[in-house]
Amino acid sequence: MTRPKRSDKKGETRLDRTTALDLYTRMVRIRQFEEKAARLYEQGLLPGFLHSSVGQEAVAVGVCGALRKDDYITSTHRGHGHIIAKGAGLDRMFAELYGRETGFNRGLGGSMHIMDFELGVLGANGIVGAGIPIAAGAGLSIQLRGTDQVAVAFFGDGAINTGAFHEGINLAAIWDLPCVFVCENNLYAESTPQEYVLRIPALTERARGYGIPGELVDGNDLVAVYDAARRAVERARAGKGPTLLECRTYRWYGHYIGDPAVYRPQEEVEYWKARDPIPRFEAWMKEHVGFDDADREAVWQAVAAEVEAAVKFAEESPLTPVEAALDCVYS
Amino acid sequence: MRDNVLMREALREALDEEMARDERVFLMGEDIADPMGGSYKITLGLSTKYGKHRVRNTPISEIAIVGAGVGAAITGMRPVAEIMYVDFLEVAMDQVVSQAAKIRYMSGGQLSVPLVIRCQGGPGRSAAAQHSQMLEAWFFHVPGLKVVMPSTPYDAKGLLKAAIRDDNPVIFFEQNGLYNTRGPVPDPGEDYTVPLGKADIKREGKDVTIVAYAQMTLFALQAAEQLAKEDGVEAEVVDLRTVSPWDKETVLRSFRKTGALVVAHQAVRQGGVGAEIAATVYEEALDLVDVEIARVGAKFAPTPFAPHLERYVIPGKDEIVAAVRTTLERGGRFGAVGQAAAQRAGAV
Ligand SMILES: Cc1ncc(C[n+]2csc(CCOP(=O)(O)OP(=O)(O)O)c2C)c(N)n1
Ligand SMILES: [Mg+2]
Repeated sequence: MTRPKRSDKKGETRLDRTTALDLYTRMVRIRQFEEKAARLYEQGLLPGFLHSSVGQEAVAVGVCGALRKDDYITSTHRGHGHIIAKGAGLDRMFAELYGRETGFNRGLGGSMHIMDFELGVLGANGIVGAGIPIAAGAGLSIQLRGTDQVAVAFFGDGAINTGAFHEGINLAAIWDLPCVFVCENNLYAESTPQEYVLRIPALTERARGYGIPGELVDGNDLVAVYDAARRAVERARAGKGPTLLECRTYRWYGHYIGDPAVYRPQEEVEYWKARDPIPRFEAWMKEHVGFDDADREAVWQAVAAEVEAAVKFAEESPLTPVEAALDCVYS
Repeated sequence: MRDNVLMREALREALDEEMARDERVFLMGEDIADPMGGSYKITLGLSTKYGKHRVRNTPISEIAIVGAGVGAAITGMRPVAEIMYVDFLEVAMDQVVSQAAKIRYMSGGQLSVPLVIRCQGGPGRSAAAQHSQMLEAWFFHVPGLKVVMPSTPYDAKGLLKAAIRDDNPVIFFEQNGLYNTRGPVPDPGEDYTVPLGKADIKREGKDVTIVAYAQMTLFALQAAEQLAKEDGVEAEVVDLRTVSPWDKETVLRSFRKTGALVVAHQAVRQGGVGAEIAATVYEEALDLVDVEIARVGAKFAPTPFAPHLERYVIPGKDEIVAAVRTTLERGGRFGAVGQAAAQRAGAV
């Protein structure tokens, strides 16, 4: 297993306390949302599949923290974190997981397909790699419309050997599209270890092959991700073209909730749990902007209350009427 | 109105007029910019007129062409993506089928995908198995896609303009055997569209309904002339124009008039569009006795290279004539017509 290197550009950050607390809160919202969803799923209350992003919160928040509301993201089957980090309300998230009328997609999409155009969420995606060329297209649209938005594609290490990865990134590169390609390398694609499918030490080496910058980031270090994302986003906004970021991280749960994850050693899981991005950022805040147990309690309690209310909202929401199953096939 | 416009000119005019009308419309695809102007020259001159940012050459990246089209479409543009051969859409099927076609639905109606995927193809040129398939049935099977296949220059222009203005993903399938055909088309700049989803009766008749689209429409019209001359049979030719959603109403109305149906296409018969139309008509017309339905389609083989083999596999006018005769003979209720057909049945 390749150990992630800490970003050596950490000194650049000037996160003020308000921003830091905001980013921290977003990580806690993801963590608590995912944990609650896992419990509900285990109780058989949520239909379908559930892919948890617990352990990977710093990537979602570090990147989305560097974005504006009108920037776009495309996401993956493991997309809850990205969408929450982009600003989604937990109530409509849970409602979608429950398949209710009030969900982001009225129960027509579900966990793997959450979209919210208002938040620039162009979609989680059930097809590995598919969001990459779509983000390139959003970048093309930005360039043609002449706005200064940015389009980000999140994808896993499993996506890097799809044709969509190659075609999408190359297109963005040759046209200098305002895109950021974020590989969330959690070391496994289902059971397949990343080194089995990659002959080079880091994906970022491929960036050179596309003629774009690549940066390897410790994906459990929120500040490092945030910094790298800011550099990439600034570059894109300035019209200088795309960047490939590789954020090394780890998913605590198996591929899906219920996967016993027999393909990985327990010591490895423990190693990564000890590098939990949330306490790591707490330590950073203590050192740089001030943060204590009372601050921590306040955030966790407020989020717990939000989660509880959101689940209640979802459970009390009406089922989508069956006629809706035939709506919106066409515009 | 001009009465002798090439199909390829009509298509270019549609693109030109829509680009002039709406700056959100742009084109991308392989080799579409000048000086090449597209493998079949449909986009010739457009990059010179509108600039290479709006008429964009792409790498050979079908996934990215369709995928970027989807991304641009859901964020405010109206892309027309060109795929050089419909056969190459196979490479990008996920972006067509699970992205473009489903985003509106999966988003609960939030997003629409105003994307036109122009492609061309078809048999008749010894292009062999990978460059001449009629793949419309694949897309016909997918809710969320529209599939348009014009047969005349007039329809081609009006349908392409309508497709570009439509808020849904449209597979606009141009049959290359029609590119050099000519027909009447209104003057440039005279704005007209042909509505998607509406069939057109290209020839009226009372004895049998022939449903076709794209080049098969022309073969159906030739077949109808032959049947009129040799058999005294008046065939009605319904040109679907839009294959999905298909115009059930017009087909059924015609069928209720004639009581006999032949659905003809050059795609393989098995699992083809004709199977769906035949089955639907049968189900909807259960109240009618003495109905006759037949399908014409390619034999179940890839398209062979040698001209005589290709002609053997892919149907045209003769197969339509034969199918009409067999059908009417089987029905037997057309009196003289049926008997004449019965005599020929042995030869068919
Ligand atoms: C094109 C495609 N192939 C296979 C799958 C099945 N599948 C779903 S997730 C997954 C693993 C993806 O791994 P990765 O991209 O690393 O994301 P992670 O699950 O680790 O977040 C696979 C093989 C799929 N959804 N799409
Ligand atoms: Mg992975």
